[in-house]
Amino acid sequence: MHPFAYRRAQDADAASALAGAAGSDVIAGGTDLLQLMKDDVRRPNRLIDITGLPWTRIESGPAGLRLGALARMSDVADASAVRDNYPVISEALLASASPQVRNMATIGGNLMQRTRCVYFRDVATACNKRAPGSGCSALDGENRLHAVLGGSADCVATHASDLAVALVALDAMVLLRGASGERRVPLDAFHLLPGDTPERETVLQPGELIVAVEVPAAPHARRSHYLKIRDRASFEFALASAAVALEVEGGVIRQSRIALGGVATKPWRARAAEALLAGRPPVPATFVAAADEALAGARPLQQNGFKIELAKRTVVRALHTAAQGA
Amino acid sequence: MAALDWTRRTFLRLSSLTGGWIAAGGLFAPPVSGEPAPPPADAETVAVTLRVNGTARPLTLDPRTSLLDALREHLGLTGTKKGCDMGACGACTVHLDGRRVVSCLTLAAMADGRAITTIEGLAQGGRLHPMQAAFVAHDGMQCGYCTPGQIMSAVALVREGRATSEAAIREFMSGNICRCGAYPNIVDAITSVAPLSGSSEAR
Ligand SMILES: Cc1cc2nc3c(=O)[nH]c(=O)nc-3n(C[C@H](O)[C@H](O)[C@H](O)COP(=O)(O)OP(=O)(O)OC[C@H]3O[C@@H](n4cnc5c(N)ncnc54)[C@H](O)[C@@H]3O)c2cc1C
Ligand code: FES
Ligand code: FES
Repeated sequence: MHPFAYRRAQDADAASALAGAAGSDVIAGGTDLLQLMKDDVRRPNRLIDITGLPWTRIESGPAGLRLGALARMSDVADASAVRDNYPVISEALLASASPQVRNMATIGGNLMQRTRCVYFRDVATACNKRAPGSGCSALDGENRLHAVLGGSADCVATHASDLAVALVALDAMVLLRGASGERRVPLDAFHLLPGDTPERETVLQPGELIVAVEVPAAPHARRSHYLKIRDRASFEFALASAAVALEVEGGVIRQSRIALGGVATKPWRARAAEALLAGRPPVPATFVAAADEALAGARPLQQNGFKIELAKRTVVRALHTAAQGA
Repeated sequence: MAALDWTRRTFLRLSSLTGGWIAAGGLFAPPVSGEPAPPPADAETVAVTLRVNGTARPLTLDPRTSLLDALREHLGLTGTKKGCDMGACGACTVHLDGRRVVSCLTLAAMADGRAITTIEGLAQGGRLHPMQAAFVAHDGMQCGYCTPGQIMSAVALVREGRATSEAAIREFMSGNICRCGAYPNIVDAITSVAPLSGSSEAR
């Protein structure tokens, strides 16, 4: 591991100033950053510990839910306001990592976690995301786990967060704070498609930090569900996942939300599929049509074609489960 | 040399596709310290006080030192095991402020002043903790390498109220891998300490 100096940020302004300096990395739970540092993918000279900042609160009110960036995954998953009114968030968190990791990892760190693409995490290989211009080893390599949606000629790495999929389905906003003040960004616009700059993953500017995530209250949020399909029953990243939310009234779907994980280069909102559900009865044929629409633009690589059908079935089953919860 | 380098890299790369830490000898590798030994001359050190099992232990460390290496290499508390060193196996599980964490992904500097409990701290007055006794009684181990982590996790699981069904125990023990596959007996041991408190599903 590259040597670094360790600093504790005393307040938010100091954290921004320290984090903005070249060679600095911010550390919260450390569960992703330390992996990357052990693998030499990140080599900060200075590590800024932000865990002393007062951003740990989980607040819920009529307008919605506010999750402090330093709230731990396990605390958010177990909060009764989250479980009762935003079950998709709680379920996505409980399907993530392990109890130990969830006790450490934070909401902000979760949204900032890097891809699990093995080439990104292996400095001996070419990877445009890690070393821009070096090439993408996955295009003709081991790409069973890679994206079928949102990929480019330069990068097909999936975004690994389960939480982000649930949050993007519920129209979450990210509250950011930097030298020039605070701003709010829709989570859907926070993560970027790889295009020809896969090294740029978010709109976060140097020195900017995530302060909180805000989720608007909505009837559909109460009837929401996360379904994650993996290579083993637990403690594994998604092959395909779906976050769905439904508001059903008088036998027809009034509002719906569908987002996909494990198959796309960013948390993937399927708006066309949602539009297709509106005004239709919550029956299997409707769900299949929506799933087909959600995957309409999918492009398989050599080893991951199975993900297209898997993702469709994941969407159908998730919608079915959410509808049952009526 | 070049050929050797190439072989090693290729091996690591291939193995990382299939869970490299096991193939790379993770679990049964000799106990090498994960942290590079001498820091460069200009590198800083950090002063930390680790409060381990009720005793304050002041240390001066390279900031890179993980809590796991601080416990094992600096304090001689080798009950906590190093499997993957990447958060993926649970062998290094300890309690930090009463919550289970993986010590391999915790910087010692970030555990400064916080209460740490390791497997060495479970027994009280020469008597095994009930969970330790249950693992013995139910033969919850074969080689025993994963056992300290399993027990630390199991103690926390019961405290978290997650011992509601066998399925729940399996789900909430999933952060602890056992290469010997002692899982059925581990579940039995936990069940014996915390009789299933409900019929709720794991997920
Ligand atoms: C074994 C293992 C299994 C896992 N399985 C899953 C899984 O199944 N599903 C899943 O979704 N995730 C999984 N993860 C990933 C895990 O969720 C992330 O590592 C974790 O959420 C990161 O949070 P952290 O607080 O530890 O971040 P850190 O490691 O501290 O930081 C990660 C990144 O975020 C940045 N950062 C942290 N906080 C902020 C902030 N407030 N503002 C701006 N930048 C910030 C850091 O600079 C760093 O770049 C797994 C991780 C491990 C180790
Ligand atoms: S040594 Fe494997 S999780 Fe820490
Ligand atoms: S790894 Fe051998 S007993 Fe679990």
